Amino acid sequence: MHELSLCESIRQVVENHAGAHSVDRVKRVWVELGCFSCVSQEALSFAFDVVMRGSVAEGAELIVLDLPGKAICHDCGKEVTILDRLACCPSCGGTTLMPTAGNEMRIKDMEAA
Amino acid sequence: MCSVCGCSHTDQKMHAGHGMQPDRLIEIETDILSKNNQYAAANRARLAGLNAYAINLVSSPGSGKTALLCKTILALSGQRLAVIEGDQQTQNDADRIRATGAPAVQINTGKGCHLDAHMVGHAMDKLLLEPGTLLFIENVGNLVCPAAFDLGEDCKVAILSVTEGEDKPLKYPDMFAASKLAILNKIDLASHCDVDLSAYEANLRRINPNIDILHLSARTGADMDSWLGWLNAEIARKAGAKSCA
Ligand SMILES: Nc1nc2c(ncn2[C@@H]2O[C@H](COP(=O)(O)OP(=O)(O)OP(=O)(O)O)[C@@H](O)[C@H]2O)c(=O)[nH]1
Ligand SMILES: [Mg+2]
Ligand SMILES: [Zn+2]
Repeated sequence: MHELSLCESIRQVVENHAGAHSVDRVKRVWVELGCFSCVSQEALSFAFDVVMRGSVAEGAELIVLDLPGKAICHDCGKEVTILDRLACCPSCGGTTLMPTAGNEMRIKDMEAA
Repeated sequence: MCSVCGCSHTDQKMHAGHGMQPDRLIEIETDILSKNNQYAAANRARLAGLNAYAINLVSSPGSGKTALLCKTILALSGQRLAVIEGDQQTQNDADRIRATGAPAVQINTGKGCHLDAHMVGHAMDKLLLEPGTLLFIENVGNLVCPAAFDLGEDCKVAILSVTEGEDKPLKYPDMFAASKLAILNKIDLASHCDVDLSAYEANLRRINPNIDILHLSARTGADMDSWLGWLNAEIARKAGAKSCA
């Protein structure tokens, strides 16, 4: 999986923000992951610890906020919240759901030490 | 949910209420893949400036991406074409493409399991793309990671061969959710391996109700015309959308 390259991107963004705010140590980093984002949180946390070594965020805590998935149901036309890509429509039981949200992978904010 | 205290707020401003000094909290609000997405946007703008059309071809290893490209290049002999090949190792696929007469650049990702937009931008430099080119980008054989990385393409096309199993769209949904077309390849083998083609289609539509589906054989050339027709319609649609704008 690509958790390592995701953490390299996180490191770059965190370092840029730390530089811009004259921060020399980061204690926590919050990221949001949609439930369809195909990222293993365990692998991400592991990669985060490794990749942040030697950076302003060495030893920082990674906090992952889960976002639910949303989809448009082609059977009833409603936008519904789903947690599983293969879920049926909670409104009508339909099975043709087009995901509209849930792929998010965002760095929300960070806390300076 | 706020992981500082477990309350229902995800708004970072609310963390200040949990005893954190607000000036210690720095708002970032940036996509993790923002760097890749910037390169992808630059690639897309470059392609638009050239009136070029780009397809990101994805599948598991061995589904027939290179075989389909070779057959497609031979069938479209009048069209300006170029190919970017992504594999962890070897020049084999770029060599197979060059043997058809089309220009090809090989990217070796080493340990990397997907192409990213930065690599593709450099490969585009090497190809010296001419106006009106149809660019095929063959991604690393992998049904997981390439789904997340926008390369600047106009669309993703996923290949699934009939020997892989009807449940693959359900097991690897992201790739099929992100694709505009799914090609069921190796249809020449269907009668030998007891596959249920309608189950493949039902599972693809379950993941992506809007996906187009075609069956063909890149080996025998059977039903290649439906794919060539699909390609031409897509290219015309993009050109039409541009002239209306
Ligand atoms: N019978 C049959 N064999 C095919 C067909 N398409 C491809 N093959 C064979 O499947 C094997 C793999 O094809 P490739 O074109 O190398 O597949 P690929 O997706 O490019 O593979 P990677 O780049 O390694 O991921 C080759 O031996 C092809 O000749 C087909 O339609 N029918
Ligand atoms: Mg290949
Ligand atoms: Zn419904």
